[in-house]
This record gives sequence, C-alpha cells and structure tokens, in this order.
Amino acid sequence: MANNPTKIQSAAEEPADPSKRDFMVLASCGLGAVGAACVAWPLVDSMNPSADVLAQSSIEVDISSVQPGQQKKAMWRGKPIFIYRRTPEQIAEANKVNVGELRDPQTDIDRTKPGKEEWLVMVGVCTHLGCIPIAGEGEFGGWFCPCHGSQYDISGRIRKGPAPTNLLVPPYAFLNDKTIKIG
Amino acid sequence: MSNPLDPKAPAQPGIIGWIDYRLPIFGFMKGMGDYLTPKNLNYWWSFGSIAGICLMVQIITGIMLAMHYTPNINNAFQSVEHIMRDVNYGWLLRYTHAVGASMFFVTVYVHMFRAFYYGSYKSPREILWWLGVIIYLAMMAAGFMGYVLPWGQMSLWGATVITNFFDKIPLIGTAIGEWLRGGFAVENATLNRFYALHYLLPFVILGLVILHIWALHHHGSSNPTGVEVKTPKDVIPFHPYYTIKDVFGFGVFFIIFSVLIFFAPNYLGHPDNYIPANPMVTPAHIVPEWYFLPFYAILRSIPDAFLGVVAMFGAIVVLFFLPWLDTSKVRSSSYRPVFRFFFWVFVIDALFLGWLGAKPAEGWYVVAGRIATVYYFFHFLVLMPVIGKFETPKDRPKTIAEAYES
Repeated sequence: MANNPTKIQSAAEEPADPSKRDFMVLASCGLGAVGAACVAWPLVDSMNPSADVLAQSSIEVDISSVQPGQQKKAMWRGKPIFIYRRTPEQIAEANKVNVGELRDPQTDIDRTKPGKEEWLVMVGVCTHLGCIPIAGEGEFGGWFCPCHGSQYDISGRIRKGPAPTNLLVPPYAFLNDKTIKIG
Repeated sequence: MSNPLDPKAPAQPGIIGWIDYRLPIFGFMKGMGDYLTPKNLNYWWSFGSIAGICLMVQIITGIMLAMHYTPNINNAFQSVEHIMRDVNYGWLLRYTHAVGASMFFVTVYVHMFRAFYYGSYKSPREILWWLGVIIYLAMMAAGFMGYVLPWGQMSLWGATVITNFFDKIPLIGTAIGEWLRGGFAVENATLNRFYALHYLLPFVILGLVILHIWALHHHGSSNPTGVEVKTPKDVIPFHPYYTIKDVFGFGVFFIIFSVLIFFAPNYLGHPDNYIPANPMVTPAHIVPEWYFLPFYAILRSIPDAFLGVVAMFGAIVVLFFLPWLDTSKVRSSSYRPVFRFFFWVFVIDALFLGWLGAKPAEGWYVVAGRIATVYYFFHFLVLMPVIGKFETPKDRPKTIAEAYES
C-alpha cells in the first residue's frame, strides 16, 4: 500500500479572504449546536414527571372516621400525608410554645386553617433526609424520626435533632366537614 | 540508552499534551481525521457513516424508552401507550426509534448493495465484509426482538412464527424451541429475555462496528474504480473532505427521517400491532417488518417447513462466501459490463422478493416466489463464479488520480 505519506499536498489554494471561510465554519458549527440542543431537550424532558404522574397532583380524603388523637395517612404525589385530629389540650400546648425560640419560627395558626385548628395536615416526610417520622413519640408529644432522631412537636415544628425546618404543610382545603382536598 | 517503552514526548504543550502523553486520545482522534481516503469516493460511500449515526440514534432513543417500558406481558402494551400519551416527548422517542429501525435497515441495505456493485468484499477485505454480515445478522435479531416488545398482535405472532423456525430442526427442534422461548408458547419468559437481549445487542453491534472500522482503516477504503491506492495523489485526508461530505449526507438523511417521524410515523408499521397480544387469535394476514420481507418470501416459497428455514438462513449464509464466489479479478462493476447487467437483475429480484413477501401465499404469488428464490441463489452460486471466469472486462485506469482527472 502506498498510503504511507503523512503529509500530502493540498490541491486547494489558500483563499483570498480567509475570514469568509471562518464565517462559514462558525455559522455551520453554531447552527449545528442549536440543532443538537433542540434534539437534546426532548431526551432530557422525557425524564421529567410524565402526565400521569402530574395528574396525581390532587387527591380527596374522607376524614369523617378520624377521632381526636388519631392520625390518618394518605398518599399524595407518592409521599405520605399525615392528617392528625388534635385534642383541645394538644392545641393549647401547641399555642403555648414561644415561637421566638424555634429553629423555624411558625405559630400554630400559620400551620392550620381558621376554625379548623383541630386538623393538622402535613407531608409526613422528615425535612432532614426524607424518612417518615413516627406519631406519638419523642419528647414533644408530636413526631419522632427514627433515622436521625429529629423531634417534632404537636404542631409538626422541628424542636430537636438535625432536621432544618418544620414538617411541610401541603396546599389543602376543606371541601366540606368530611372531606379535604390535598394539592 | 533510551527506554524502549517510553512514549514520545508530548507533541503539544498545555493540557492537551499532558493528557495525550498519558492517554493518547487526541492523537487517536487526529489519526482518525488524517485517515487517508481515496479522493474519488461517491455518495454511495456515505452510507457507512450514516449507518453509524443510525446506530447512535437507536441506542440513545432506546435507553430513554427503556426508562419507561415494562417487559411484562401484563404491562408491556400499556407501558408503550403510557410512553405515547403520558411521557414528555415519549411519542417522539418511540416514533424516532421505530422509524429509526427502518432507516437503519434501508441505510445498511444501500451500504451492502454498494459493496456488491463495487466488489468491496474482495481481498484483502474479506474479514471486513464478514464483520459487516455479522452486524447485519445482529441487527436482524435486534430488530425482530424490538418488534416483540410492544406486545401487540404482530409482536406475539411474529415471535411465535420466528421461534417456531427452530422447532422445525429434526429431532432436537422442539427442545430448542422451548429453550429459546422459556416455555411451550411465546409468553412472559420470552418477552422478558427478548427485552434483555434487545438491550444487549446494540452494544454488541457497536463493538462489531469498531472492529469493522479497524479492519477498514487497515487496508483503507475501496473506491469506485476498484483500483487500489498507488500514489499520494490518489488520496485526501478524511477530515475535512469526507467529514464535510458525510455531514451533508446526514442532513439529507435526517430530512427524510424527519418526514417519516412527523408525517407518517406508522407508515412502515402494521396496524394490528396496536391490538394487544391475544394468544387465542392469530391476525388474518401476518407479515414481518418490511426489512425481512425478501427472506420471508424465500421461506414461504419452499413447500417443506424445515427446508424453508434452511433456505432462508442460507440466503444470508451465502453472503459469507461472496469473496470466493466472485471469481473476477476486477473489483468494480463499472468495468464489468456483463456482471453489471446481472447486478441490476439481482436488485430487481431482491425488490420483487420483498414485494412478494407482503402478499398472501396464494395463486401466482407462490409460483413467482419460487422463481425469484431460485434466481436469488442462482445469482450467487452460478452467475457470480461463471461470469467472473468468462467475462472480458473493460480497460481500467492505472491509478485513481488518472480516473479522477479524466
């Protein structure tokens, strides 16, 4: 085989104005990059939540059977929702706390609906690293996370342990006395 | 004394030189760009790199689809509909993958017929050719198993017919068929393993493609004259000359690809595959995907079930022997007037077999299928050796450069 030479003579002569060639190269590469981005986006977006996942964004829960001092769990967006019906004593205890001393200051009023203070609705996921806290355990009569020992009070506020913020209150509304809509 | 293992000092300063001294990846890429290529390649030579693009499109869209697909007979059909309706751009991914399979096959068929016409398989490129035939076989397996995954009626009954080929082997056939299916019929075990293999095969193909390109670069590309490279005037570097030419080809290719995806995504599919698989009812008219039709026609033209399967596989196995069945010393059909005529007859025969494969096996189609099948083998086993011996070729140019300048 004779294709050994490492250098070959280019038949093409140098152009009179190289800037035109540079412009063509830049324009072609730029257009190619835009095209590649347009192709990449559907690939990336296909990994985002699909329509059926987004369709789960609201649920209705029947709360007629929940007695004071009881908790009902519901699944919303693949996560547990705690629906806790508090006793008058528990509500009083939640209001007694000095908000200024809290890591994530929030009054109990901020975390409930007016006239429906007995209902506490929260996303049951520890704000530390995503475990599910256990109701009725810990030093504050609220929730205790078994993973790293975060402790929440009866308003779901962080009181002790590594979690940075209170248990999240999802958007919800009372459709009537027996039903709430979450999401 | 210098260390015989010591690599050359960094050719370039800076970070590229630092990396290249440790892992010569930039040097390798430069070597690929500097690859000396005959300067007279026509657009038929662009189909190799287009086929490479097809493989990448299939792998990328396939990985994204695999994130949403469920290989279980109870969920597979629904998960495909989920991809079509719920997943963001899922319809685009699936149609690109489905149409992409057809684009891949049509590209590879053009690539193969280019090799037929220009005698690209001849010495010293026999192993290069074999690797290509093996890639083609792996593509057929991947294409067939991919068509099973949506678990529609065509999926189930296509899989049933194809796996029954192996049941026709005398004595041990039933045992082999049950082993392939993992059951007495095509069921969940079959679907699950087809999914595993369908994910594996493209990466096997990718490895084979690397060997294919390695073998190609060892002796260099063939060219339309069939005259080997003799002087430095015969060649140009791959980059920028053929990168530019190939990118233009990609543009045309993607325009056609896009027209199919966006305006006729189901044109090459079959509507029966949108009916969920039903093991109690076979569709009235069952046909494979278009790219298998010539072989399907050969299968059906033989009255005996086992011999039909043998003929069908033989139609591909014969390709391995092409470098020796073609006895002519002249590589390119451009200088072989008799063979060139019969090349085009063969193209018509192959297309005719494909057309017959889509027709019902009745009436004159059966007779025509038998004649076309006999001609298929006659071309390879009789015409090729005989024409090579007796044909008087036309005068060939001494060098590529001479042909190029004339």
